Amino acid sequence: MEESKKVTGQSRRSFVKQTAAGVSVATMAPGVVLYSLARATRHPDEAVTDEVRWGMLIDANRCVDGCTDCVTACHEENGVHQLGRPATDAQWIRKVHLRDRQTGREYGIPVMCQHCEHPPCVDVCPTGASFKRADGIVLVDKHICIGCRYCMMACPYKARSFIHEDVTDQVAHAPRGKGTVESCTFCVHKLDAGEGTTACVQACQHDALIFGDLNDSDSRLSRELAKYPSRQLRADLHLNQGVRYRNI
Amino acid sequence: MRPVTFTQIEGKSSRYWILLGTLSAMIAAGFAAAMYMEHHGHYVTGMTNQIVWGMPHIFAVYLIIAASGALNVASIASVFGRSAYKPLAPLSALLAIALLTGGLIVLVLDLGRPDRLIIAMTYLNLKSIFAWNQLLYSGFILIVAIYIWFMMEKRMQRYSRAVSIAAFIWRLILTTGTGSIFGFLVARQGYDAAIMAPMFIIMSFAAGLAIYILVLMAAYSWTDRELGDSVLRRLKNLLGIFVSAVLYFVLIYHLTNLYVAEHHGIEAFILLGKNGGGQYAMVFWWLQIIMGSIIPLIILFSSLSRQRLMIGIASALVILGGLAQMYVIIIGGQAYPLDIFPGMEVISSGFMDGVPEAYSVSLPEFLLGAGMGFGVALIIVVIGISILRFLPQSLADEVVDFDDAAGASA
Amino acid sequence: MKAVLIQLLLVGLMLMMGGAVASDRVSLPKYPQPVGDQCVEPTDIMRREHMNFITHQRDETVYKGIRGIAARHSLKDCIDCHVGYDAQGRAVPINSEGQFCESCHNYTAVSIDCFGCHRTTPDEVSKVRQFTGKP
Repeated sequence: MEESKKVTGQSRRSFVKQTAAGVSVATMAPGVVLYSLARATRHPDEAVTDEVRWGMLIDANRCVDGCTDCVTACHEENGVHQLGRPATDAQWIRKVHLRDRQTGREYGIPVMCQHCEHPPCVDVCPTGASFKRADGIVLVDKHICIGCRYCMMACPYKARSFIHEDVTDQVAHAPRGKGTVESCTFCVHKLDAGEGTTACVQACQHDALIFGDLNDSDSRLSRELAKYPSRQLRADLHLNQGVRYRNI
Repeated sequence: MRPVTFTQIEGKSSRYWILLGTLSAMIAAGFAAAMYMEHHGHYVTGMTNQIVWGMPHIFAVYLIIAASGALNVASIASVFGRSAYKPLAPLSALLAIALLTGGLIVLVLDLGRPDRLIIAMTYLNLKSIFAWNQLLYSGFILIVAIYIWFMMEKRMQRYSRAVSIAAFIWRLILTTGTGSIFGFLVARQGYDAAIMAPMFIIMSFAAGLAIYILVLMAAYSWTDRELGDSVLRRLKNLLGIFVSAVLYFVLIYHLTNLYVAEHHGIEAFILLGKNGGGQYAMVFWWLQIIMGSIIPLIILFSSLSRQRLMIGIASALVILGGLAQMYVIIIGGQAYPLDIFPGMEVISSGFMDGVPEAYSVSLPEFLLGAGMGFGVALIIVVIGISILRFLPQSLADEVVDFDDAAGASA
Repeated sequence: MKAVLIQLLLVGLMLMMGGAVASDRVSLPKYPQPVGDQCVEPTDIMRREHMNFITHQRDETVYKGIRGIAARHSLKDCIDCHVGYDAQGRAVPINSEGQFCESCHNYTAVSIDCFGCHRTTPDEVSKVRQFTGKP
């Protein structure tokens, strides 16, 4: 299966990281997958529940200047091709380099859909296409998206893209097409397959991104968040995002 | 006071057919533009991932608020009992429906998936203001249509005041809904302001009346019917008051922002053209304030307005100013970069964070907004007045006695 | 006399049209042979109900996250089995002329709204090809 292929193709380090997070997927025979059931995984025919809330911690001090591995991996994983028109091309994740106006301190961070607990994009969507899954992932149901772009007006993080032209050669697990809106899915197809991680996290060689279950106090994510301070982008809006930042 | 007789326009003159032809050509151009945008995708327009709403929305939102404003003339007659405005009421109601239809068609054709309109109507997320608006807009058309019927049908006329009150309340809620599309957006510095809803209501008063005056003047002059000075004098004074009121709201909006440090950036951007806001400051000062507000006010409140042409020019300028205001609100508000990292300067970004977006209007967008929007609205009016009795045979001064009316209701 | 002539003309016209219909009759759809010998449901049910199955599945997948083995009526799996291959062994988009989806939808004149977004060929590593060892 494709998941298993990706796992074997991973660096040893990220594989170890993944098993340490309590999730492992192993191929026994073609087409047969063994899921080791930790809290973060569920049986494939069970619906997602709110027992899990997926989240991410991004450490600005570890994020390396000029590195865009997470961006490349995301866009490759999800078949997001750039067409050389930066103003209208889709971006699921981008690197932003910042400088403090007062102190001059500089750092770079990846920014993507922050997977808010109270997502403004979900509030404004007239059809309900923009929705939050039980496990906290904010998604677009492209089957009922009418392309009004109200969610893009409402998102404080510029996380969403409108597909401005025809798309071909999508990947099978990430359908995307002209006239609808899209954004980071936290690699929902990987999570549903029990991988417990995302393409960007797997691609980061600097351990700047930690992914996990915010509801599981034993997850590495929760332990790190409990140990050191972290911040949310535009915390003043009280959206309680799933994505947190450290050292910004 | 002579009884007012309403008649259809003849609709046989070559002027009529030229007008109908011109409007049809506008609609055809708008439709072709929409097809072109749908076929290629929105990259052929000036809209981007930062400026997600462009020209079509400027025209659509303007037409939608103008629709509710156009109904005011009828409301003055029936809700506020100024009987001298009664002869003006049917056209006011027709124009309201026409403008709303024009605006909505533009909005729908700009969708990424207009073919999914049925989904928009069957899946409603009731927390979304767009969803409320669908109910408000369709309800408005229904109520106003009933109002027209009650005005025209003698047996129903005794209920027409009740319907007109319902329509008036409905239109206030409707424009509140339109303004709240922007007022409730917490993400962007230019929006997230409760004043948006009342400001849109007062903008609708000015927009609707300006269009009403122009349509009235055109209809009467092109059909060689008599339009007295007293009607126009009343309407132009009212327009002056509405334009002043809009200015007051604009002033309060900016004063509030100027007091709050968080909003200094957007104010410098819009008012002074700092950090790449040049085109928005130009549109704001030159088109919205000077051309669209100050000059019309001078015309309307001076002896210049004794000339009919000048009233027409002032009304046209008010429309221009209103569209400019929409441009500043909708495009300017989006062009100002999102303040995701307060206190930080964005040095580089893979998605143009921190960079003001330069917006350039594309032809298809303009044709969709202006051609389709105004084309549909006006063609409904033209066809409407030629098949039903919307227009009084005469609006000469001896027919519409304003002093009498004012005295009677005082 | 005139009436008879007209009747004769009409009969002739009908005969001609009838002949034309018989000879130019739209032929039944032809499409590549799918993998395996049994679909997820009996063929006659699939013909009638496939749209309902995949619409239901789409909501199960999008909202409840049910994918992979548990997603019995997944569009991805339709494509995996029913896609055709060209002489070089490359998968041909399933919505292109003469392929599984297109041939029948063309025959019945029903437009498909799936492939504006969905991939039209199996991913490089498809479930079915793993099972069957097909190209």
